[in-house]
Amino acid sequence: MTLEVRDLAYAYPDGTQALFGVNLTIARGERVALLGPNGAGKTTLVMHLNGILTAGHGLVRVAGLQVGKETMGEIRRRVGLVFQDPDDQLFMPTVREDVAFGPANLGVRGAELDRRVAEALDRVGMRDAIDRPPHHLSFGQRRRVAVATVLAMDPEILVLDEPSSNLDPASRRELAEILKNLDVTVLMVTHDLPYALELCERALILSDGVIAADGPTRDLLADEALLTAHRLELPYGFAIPASGT
Amino acid sequence: MGAGHHHQLFRAGDTVVHRLPPQCKLVAVVAFAVVVVATPRERFWVFGGYLLLLAAVAAVARVPARFVLRRMVVELPFVLFAFAIPVIGLGERVTFWGISLSVDGLWASWNILAKATLGVIASILLAATTEPRAMLLGAQRLRMPQLLVQIATFMLRYLDVVLDAMRRMKVARESRGFQARNLRQAPVLAKSAGALFIRSYERGERVHLAMLSRGYTGTMPIYREISADVGQWLTAAALPVAAAAVLFLS
Repeated sequence: MTLEVRDLAYAYPDGTQALFGVNLTIARGERVALLGPNGAGKTTLVMHLNGILTAGHGLVRVAGLQVGKETMGEIRRRVGLVFQDPDDQLFMPTVREDVAFGPANLGVRGAELDRRVAEALDRVGMRDAIDRPPHHLSFGQRRRVAVATVLAMDPEILVLDEPSSNLDPASRRELAEILKNLDVTVLMVTHDLPYALELCERALILSDGVIAADGPTRDLLADEALLTAHRLELPYGFAIPASGT
Repeated sequence: MGAGHHHQLFRAGDTVVHRLPPQCKLVAVVAFAVVVVATPRERFWVFGGYLLLLAAVAAVARVPARFVLRRMVVELPFVLFAFAIPVIGLGERVTFWGISLSVDGLWASWNILAKATLGVIASILLAATTEPRAMLLGAQRLRMPQLLVQIATFMLRYLDVVLDAMRRMKVARESRGFQARNLRQAPVLAKSAGALFIRSYERGERVHLAMLSRGYTGTMPIYREISADVGQWLTAAALPVAAAAVLFLS
């Protein structure tokens, strides 16, 4: 199991309960979409996966290693979090330094570091931008570099927060092609349902702090009553026939 | 988006001066400034010598005079202040074009103008031949406190982002009919500034989370080690040493 979350509950310091016992497992090589309306607790759950928030109750395991204070360094290598706003993710003055930041923190240096940086940028097709400052890149390019920054850490699982937000249709498609060709486990948080269908065989619906549904993406999206119950809906003009029909 | 104005100080090139490691240039400029400041104000032609030295550096770095002059506007407030000193100064006075001026004030004014101008020109040449990022790496090499280097690095990265946010807020204000005409509108601008501060602060928190997620533990990993050899240090030392020579041999 690449990712295992068991009975995870969490309340913010102000008392607001965000998660009420989340259970999920993701196997190696799977691409899973985490769907849910705004305020369902998606981001809170994601923050638990690499120990930025620590569980009030329950546990998170990444490739068998439990998230906790002592394991934090290794957990953060194993879980690659890509934030929604690439301007948050890319904080160094050049693309090269930004992609190098993660592996350098792991103690990688010299030629090996250069190799990792070049390889990660190759995987997202951004090698040419290596010496450019992030703010000179287009939004879509910045998002791709953001993915490279975590790929360089060689993660067990890639966690993407709203990867398609603010992208124009072409950038959205280019990112999808890149993600499809990556050979890593992916958990993709989104409410872009067609994107989830395109990229993920399996989907989870997080609603009111619990996993309300777990199954093939196509089946979940074909179940209109289920979607409506959790404030999700397909964009106008879309309809997805269930896999069986 | 696009090129922020902090890049306009830098002028790409491939000269001896451009190629010198940033830490050498930083030390050279500081040492030069020390020599200039230590020069007695009465020795007019020594200052002329300094100016010639800087002109020589500019020539080697292929930085045109117009490029330097345009960027010297930054000195204007000091110039205005310097011009005010002789008028308001005390002591013995002379009359010049019908204006009564203080002799001490004139000396003080000359002193400030000459030294500040030389310092500004040296800094402009430094900035014109050193990329902002390299400058910070140089400062880090010179053992400038980590925290200050990190703050400056983030400023470099986020200046454009913050300016962009500021521009968007201005457009939003004006789209709803706001025009800053007089002081009564100041509260609106103050609130915008406050909102900008809070947004930037929140971004800072998100950036911190992003850093933690990639294994940040308080120190920035050093990615590019810029080392300087003896030859490069000697080359950089040419400017301050020549300046000291002009001062002591005259």
